[in-house]
Amino acid sequence: MQSLIRNPKEFWAGVMFTVLGVIALVIGQDYTMGTAGKMGPGYFPTALGGILTVLGLIAVVRSFIKGGETLDKFALKPAFLVLFSVFLFGILMRTAGMVIAVMALVIVGGLASNKYTWKANLALAIGGALFCSIVFVKGLGVPMPLFGTWFGN
Amino acid sequence: MEVFSNLALGFDTVFTVTNLLYCLAGVFLGTAVGVLPGLGPVATIAMLLPATFALPPITSLIMLAGIYYGAQYGGSTTAILVNLPGESSSVVTALDGYQMARKGQAGKALAVAALGSFFAGTVSTFLIAFAAPPLAEVALKFGPAEYFSLMVLGLVASVVLANGSLLRAISMIILGLLFGIVGTDVNSGVPRYTFDIPDMADGINFVVVAMGMFGIGEIIVNLENEDTRTVMMKKVTGLMPTKEDFKRCVWPVLRGTGLGSILGILPGGGAMLSSFASYSLEKKMAKNPEEFGHGAIQGVAGPESANNAGAQTSFIPMLTLGIPSNPVMALMIGAMIIQGIQPGPAVMTEQPELFWGLIASMWVGNFFLVVLNLPMIGLWVRMIMVPYNMLFPAILIFCAIGVFSLNNSNFDVYMMVIFGLFGYICAKLGAEPAPMLLGFILGPMMEEYLRRALLLSRSDPMVFLERPISAAMLILSAVALAMVMLPALRKKREEAFVE
Repeated sequence: MQSLIRNPKEFWAGVMFTVLGVIALVIGQDYTMGTAGKMGPGYFPTALGGILTVLGLIAVVRSFIKGGETLDKFALKPAFLVLFSVFLFGILMRTAGMVIAVMALVIVGGLASNKYTWKANLALAIGGALFCSIVFVKGLGVPMPLFGTWFGN
Repeated sequence: MEVFSNLALGFDTVFTVTNLLYCLAGVFLGTAVGVLPGLGPVATIAMLLPATFALPPITSLIMLAGIYYGAQYGGSTTAILVNLPGESSSVVTALDGYQMARKGQAGKALAVAALGSFFAGTVSTFLIAFAAPPLAEVALKFGPAEYFSLMVLGLVASVVLANGSLLRAISMIILGLLFGIVGTDVNSGVPRYTFDIPDMADGINFVVVAMGMFGIGEIIVNLENEDTRTVMMKKVTGLMPTKEDFKRCVWPVLRGTGLGSILGILPGGGAMLSSFASYSLEKKMAKNPEEFGHGAIQGVAGPESANNAGAQTSFIPMLTLGIPSNPVMALMIGAMIIQGIQPGPAVMTEQPELFWGLIASMWVGNFFLVVLNLPMIGLWVRMIMVPYNMLFPAILIFCAIGVFSLNNSNFDVYMMVIFGLFGYICAKLGAEPAPMLLGFILGPMMEEYLRRALLLSRSDPMVFLERPISAAMLILSAVALAMVMLPALRKKREEAFVE
């Protein structure tokens, strides 16, 4: 199987576009199509979903015929840590408040670097939280709770 | 001359303490963020965008434009000093600029880049002032069919001129269009692709998409290559170019300005294409082409003027037609919509202060750029030296706070996580995020124009070919596409980008 795919990048991109195109088509079936002169909400997305599916399939077919670049390994650790830290920020923002959310973001996200040192990271976390409190909340008046619902605010 | 009275109106608008201050702040912040390695203008603007929401429309646009020039110039500074071009348009600057820096001529390279950019900025500002009104007048006559075809042309041009795989770029556009129409359909009130999530009813915020793909996604890509990033720096000395240097730069600057001004207007053109084109032109014109790649001052002067001119004139289609020719302009359009301005030819007649004020601010912004950058080079150098493991958590903070504060919504933050992941996957698969962002902004507009055009023609699709302007634009798109698909030309295109 793997040897048949001569352009892995193109192959997987094609798979991704096909899947997304099919999803758009399937969900698009729930919306009224209408006619060209009187387009319903389903017309344009169905057309786009169809085009995307076709383009994806072309890419898949082409990846069997024409050689190309190999797909590099995904850097799972930094990807997970960075994304998870932002997700954590989203969860903590209202519940624990901005100060803790920012510190969690820096501490968890910072682990993604292989040059991580805990001292520098902690300093950045505290500095970042202070900076945001002073500049964004006090200075610019962005309505963010410094401490959230967990602290009875 | 009407142009001059219009420009006078523009300068009147800009020369208030508030506007000048925000213009200066924009240029300063743009440079400060743009100079950070790995942050291009799109990420910079997306990050700083939320800071402008509270301002009145004209002030916020002036500030955003300032951020754009600042980010552009900041990127060049990084390219020259540490050979880490933050975005594609400074790749060329890095070729000779970094070599100059290695020979201890960093100051000279930076000065030439700044002065060349300022000259190009001045010329192209006037060009916009002259070219925009007639173009807007033509655009006022456009019907829905013309607009639809124009958008097709814009999107096609953006992939033809982009690097990387053509098929994937087109797919990304279609995907962008699809993401763009998520949310409640304006005509029927039907929520589309919202998965019954109330937060999705208003669609996906474009800042969320831009920050996810260009901010978070980029961070992961950079972390992956963290070990290869080494920053070596010498002290920057000798800012002033000699008389001899000036002589060698006059023509490259002039040619770069001309080339950039023209290429910037093209849909899909803008800064990147201009700098590439200027570099190859200078290499051909030079008496000493073998010097290129080893620190030829013309190789900095030409492309830097060209990319600034191109960055500037790419405002023309945005201001007159309401159509973005590159992701930065897509962000500007998004910002205008948030401010309650519908970009298009009507802006010039209905809000002349805003229109001319923005144009005048371009010149002012370019002026600040020169005044600010050369004396403050020490500060920028210190910012470049910040190691990435300290830098990226700070970027994360700005992205997270910025996105949260858009609507005070946790949901937007989660969406940014999803687009960050998607951006990283796309980077791995060699699918460019820029065409997707263009599609994303144009999605709802394209659907609306298609709908209206076919409604008016009573479902006759020939309307797009029967109206001459529309037909011309569609034929142009088809020719452009056919040209890149022809194997011979495709090879040339690839060579051009490799160079």
